[in-house]
Amino acid sequence: MNNDYEYVPKNSFTRWLDTRLPILRFTNEHILQFPTPKNLNYFWTFGFILTFFLITQIITGVILAMHYAPNSLLAFDSIEHIMRDVNYGWLIRYAHSNGSSMFFLAVYIHMFRGLYYGSYKEPREVLWILGCIIYFLMIVTAFMGYVLPWGQMSYWAATVIINLVGTLPIIGDSLTQLLLGGFAVDNPTLNRFFSLHYLIPFIIFGLVFLHIWALHVPGNNNPTGVSIQGKQDTVAFHPYYTVKDFFAYIVFLLLFCYFIFYNPNALGHPDNYIEADPMLTPAHIVPEWYLLPFYAILRAVPDKLFGVLLMFGSIVVLFFLPWLDTMKVRSARYRPFYKMFFFIFVLDCLLLGYLGAQVPEGIYLLLSRVSTFYYFAFFILIMPALSRLEKPNPMPIGISNPAIDQNARLD
Amino acid sequence: MSDIPEDDKPSRRDFLYITTGTFGAVGAAAMVWPLVDQMNPDSSVKALSSIEVDISEVPEGGFLKVAWRGKPVYIRRRTAEEIIRAESEDKEDLPDPQNDADRVKKKEWLVVVGVCTHLGCIPIADRGDYDGWFCPCHGSHYDISGRIRKGPAPTNLEIPPYEFASDTVIKIG
Ligand code: HEM
Ligand code: FES
Repeated sequence: MNNDYEYVPKNSFTRWLDTRLPILRFTNEHILQFPTPKNLNYFWTFGFILTFFLITQIITGVILAMHYAPNSLLAFDSIEHIMRDVNYGWLIRYAHSNGSSMFFLAVYIHMFRGLYYGSYKEPREVLWILGCIIYFLMIVTAFMGYVLPWGQMSYWAATVIINLVGTLPIIGDSLTQLLLGGFAVDNPTLNRFFSLHYLIPFIIFGLVFLHIWALHVPGNNNPTGVSIQGKQDTVAFHPYYTVKDFFAYIVFLLLFCYFIFYNPNALGHPDNYIEADPMLTPAHIVPEWYLLPFYAILRAVPDKLFGVLLMFGSIVVLFFLPWLDTMKVRSARYRPFYKMFFFIFVLDCLLLGYLGAQVPEGIYLLLSRVSTFYYFAFFILIMPALSRLEKPNPMPIGISNPAIDQNARLD
Repeated sequence: MSDIPEDDKPSRRDFLYITTGTFGAVGAAAMVWPLVDQMNPDSSVKALSSIEVDISEVPEGGFLKVAWRGKPVYIRRRTAEEIIRAESEDKEDLPDPQNDADRVKKKEWLVVVGVCTHLGCIPIADRGDYDGWFCPCHGSHYDISGRIRKGPAPTNLEIPPYEFASDTVIKIG
């Protein structure tokens, strides 16, 4: 990134510090003055929002851990203790549980944004892959966190998911026992989940730094998908985008507050207020809303192993996007066909989410199969085919240059 | 660093690098095993792996549900009519073919692990299209021999290792 700005320390202390730990130089060059495309829309505020939600989860989580007891005999009661006895315990717990839903909502918007504007394409492949790793770790963390309250849903979600591993040929059984630390979900399982649930967010935190590092090498993509050509295309991150990002963050916080203060259990499942009972399965086991599409894919397939492979495959395929979609034009704005298939894909994901909460029989089963097919077809068939066949619309020559380039060049 | 030879011939130093590296890697790999193995079931978990159950109180057609290794085990005392049904259905088109006789030690007593072979939910006794067990999670139906008849589960309910310690006591595990 061509960066004309040069940090100049202003007083003797900052000059002294700059030759020892150039942290102010770094902050100035990489945050405050970072040249950012001037045409970013509100979909670009979700990275900032995500960073804040990660911090929220870490702070509320560390506080919860001060009062929570990671033992199968005490866990359920300690949650009630947090809710009833600990000062503001209810607030902190509701912030943490609804915070994870907000976190996933934001990450889905963030990812669909990348998909729409082609942010995964050259030169941002590593950035995209780091994002996929972060997303996968978020899923793992959320799943383990859901087990900690030790309610019926916690227990049975853990049972069903760990049993998925058991479908793997040969190593399945020993691997399941290794994960469980026993023959069924029990105290050893709870202990290790707690330990890992505490650890992984800090790994995510580290990965977010790599993610932003990888962002700052090529710089942001933008709604036109056309690369930055010079100073006329950018503005300093501060104050232009700090203000925009903060505004979006505050609006998003309103939604968060609605859930915390007016509807804190809307996104949860009532059965999780019943203590875990290893001898009794609840009638319906459903995961949290943000994992429902994967559950639908799992159950769409009659064969157990194949279902598990497809479910993991639905995440693995994301890592390969930069090589499945080789069309040079990034933004869907100039790709009428891709745009149409993209919106069908968004609807398809929502439909999968709805189906994940239904009993997989009759019409629901049929729909799950069709939408699972589309999910994979979008990546594996449609993207490569469009890369070859689609003729993009005329594009602007540059961000600040509305003249249309008939040959749709990129750089 | 003047002692590094100019030509590409492997030097004594290369040899030392490679041996040191190899020893280091083997040592590190050996260290990893305890870190992984600590996750496996520990001795206190394994110590609970066998139980004795008194079955003298179970009425004909009734069942007991006991916990073994943290999982439920159904001990079912089958009626004469149920035994006949289970045996006559040996010839049906079973997804996981197995004769009833191979699934019991005494015809009257069926002992199965109450964990659905699909994804591990607990099937409910006396339910389902085959009057054996029904799993509410994704709709698997098992018959009175614990065999899978309909639904997504791939195999029959598992038979735990057990023996009759006496006429009225079963030792599981
Ligand atoms: C903890 C989760 C995450 C955090 C905190 C985070 C943070 C950020 C931030 C601060 C930015 C720059 C601002 C922006 O463009 O919105 C960014 C950009 C980006 N992120 Fe993430 N991210 C996360 C997860 C993900 C995931 C799961 C993906 C995709 C699989 C992803 C893909 C991208 C891409 C492609 C960009 C570049 C956007 C562009 O400039 O066009 N991120 N991320
Ligand atoms: S777990 Fe029993 S049917 Fe799926």
